[in-house]
Amino acid sequence: MLAIDASGLVKSFGDTRAVDGVDLAVPAGSVYGVLGPNGAGKTTTIRMLATLLRPDSGTAQVLGNDIVSQGAAVRRSVSLTGQMASVDEDLTGRENLILLARLLGFGRSGARARADELLEAFDLSEAANKLVKHFSGGMRRRLDIAASIVVTPKLMFLDEPTTGLDPRSRNQVWDIIRALVSGGTTILLCTQYLDEADQLADGIAVIDHGRVIAEGTPAQLKTSVGYGSLHLRVVHPGQREIAERLLGERFDGVHRGADSTALSATCRDAGEATAALAALSGASVEVADFSLGQPSLDEVFLALTGHPAEEPTANEEESE
Amino acid sequence: MSDGQPAVDRSAKVTEGQISDSLSQALGAGAPAKPAGPITAAFAFAWRGMLKVKHVPEQLLDVTITPVMFVLMFTYLFGGAVAGSTAEYLDYILPGILVMSVIFTTVYSGIALNTDLTKGVVDRFRTLPTWRPALLVGSLLGDTVRYVIAGTVIILVGVIMGYRPPAGVSGAAAALGLVVLFAFGLSWVFTTMGLLMRSPNAVMNTGFMLIFPLTFMSNVFVEPETLPDGLKWVVEHNPISYLASASRGLMEGNMDTNDITVVLVTAAVLTAVFAPITGRLYRRG
Ligand SMILES: Nc1ncnc2c1ncn2[C@@H]1O[C@H](COP(=O)(O)OP(=O)(O)O)[C@@H](O)[C@H]1O
Ligand SMILES: [Mg+2]
Repeated sequence: MLAIDASGLVKSFGDTRAVDGVDLAVPAGSVYGVLGPNGAGKTTTIRMLATLLRPDSGTAQVLGNDIVSQGAAVRRSVSLTGQMASVDEDLTGRENLILLARLLGFGRSGARARADELLEAFDLSEAANKLVKHFSGGMRRRLDIAASIVVTPKLMFLDEPTTGLDPRSRNQVWDIIRALVSGGTTILLCTQYLDEADQLADGIAVIDHGRVIAEGTPAQLKTSVGYGSLHLRVVHPGQREIAERLLGERFDGVHRGADSTALSATCRDAGEATAALAALSGASVEVADFSLGQPSLDEVFLALTGHPAEEPTANEEESE
Repeated sequence: MSDGQPAVDRSAKVTEGQISDSLSQALGAGAPAKPAGPITAAFAFAWRGMLKVKHVPEQLLDVTITPVMFVLMFTYLFGGAVAGSTAEYLDYILPGILVMSVIFTTVYSGIALNTDLTKGVVDRFRTLPTWRPALLVGSLLGDTVRYVIAGTVIILVGVIMGYRPPAGVSGAAAALGLVVLFAFGLSWVFTTMGLLMRSPNAVMNTGFMLIFPLTFMSNVFVEPETLPDGLKWVVEHNPISYLASASRGLMEGNMDTNDITVVLVTAAVLTAVFAPITGRLYRRG
């Protein structure tokens, strides 16, 4: 069953075609990554699917309900964690959660209990009665996600949940996402981090300038690009130069690694790699270790679009 | 992924295992059968507005401080010259300043809504399965409490300065009630602006650009008799003048039904025009 079935979604702002005919088919129970650089149209797509924006054209069913004509039904089973941590800064963490619990139908004491349970689960108990404006970026994001699961949604939209977070907070958010999925929630994850999509997503749509330019599992995307990297280390640093020359006769993109024995090269398949290793051994170059890596999603993006994924802006969170 | 960071920060409480355990418990918890109805939802948002008065009292103070300064300045600096004595002038000006302080506070409703909008808070509320206008209605309900506080502060400042409303507490309360009712109507203008403008600052600047001339070209500070003809006409027809006169009447115990009627009709018209516009803009997003 499809959790999201969108076809031909278009949304323009003035002359900007922010979303220019997006089709998405997201299976229920999966994490689906929408990967694209800044300005690709990810947020606009999510906002249409979450019934915040009306598409100019195209249709979409979210959990079987039409996003335009059955908006109320859609809202009953989805939740949104927006690009900006959409919690109220002038309230405490606990008050934010109590408010949402009340709105979602909990009684007075039920709402307080639910808020405390979530604060505990997200390790926010200690900061529960602090105003959110004094929270760190990671705490704010955790509260934001907690706010999205006051009632566990069937489908959750996550818009760049780790942009601007430090690596530790990022890992925490990733763990939270994994826990959500194992609980049965479908997740649409927008990200401009290639490794984030690789880590979490079962399927990925790569979007650029409002269009889906590639789609598939992370592995399919990599194979469709068709090359990977050979990484090796020679035993004697003195032999690296010979090895570099020999690899250069066979492969493109030969370059030296960080330490004095490492080399990498672009390599199409395992056969070529084996032949290269045989040639090295024939020239008495001793190889300490080697690996044949899949291409990174960075390389995938470059191959698909002809331009690298832009550097994400360092921090999109509002800073006081 | 975690291979890169094998050493988990010792000072931190969360280990990855802990988060998952209590989280899966929290995720498995039962949910209410259905979301809150319109009234519960609106009151929840009103409660939120009240919490903000508690946590960020500066916001309320900012808009009350100007009228307090005006009442002090005008009474002691110009009171003697304009009305013969400071006490007499205070009797004249205080109901007007009450109007002014509450009217200033209405701009805040637009600023607050715009802040919610630009910070993404509105996005979350709009994806909830509750009655969508609840945020608007509830916030205005909460703001009404704000208006009452702002008005009460001014009346108390007046009392400290020696003002005694001739019609007593009930007269002052009636005047406050009328002013708050008018403010409720006027605040829809600012919520409309709050949904149309780009930043809270823009709402504030435009809001006060509108409110300042409206309050100063009224009879809040001076009787229109002394003014040149053109200006006099404007002042006499300014709804704020009607509101100030009506408040003066109520506080003095000689209420003028004509003034009150004009005030109520203006508030009703503002609500009838701008509440639906606000609602439409909010639903459209
Ligand atoms: N409300 C808006 N008004 C005008 N332009 C917008 C608006 N929202 C987005 N855009 C434009 O649409 C394009 C896509 O934006 P967005 O969906 O936010 O991309 P992403 O989330 O992938 O960074 C960008 O060029 C952006 O400037
Ligand atoms: Mg975005």
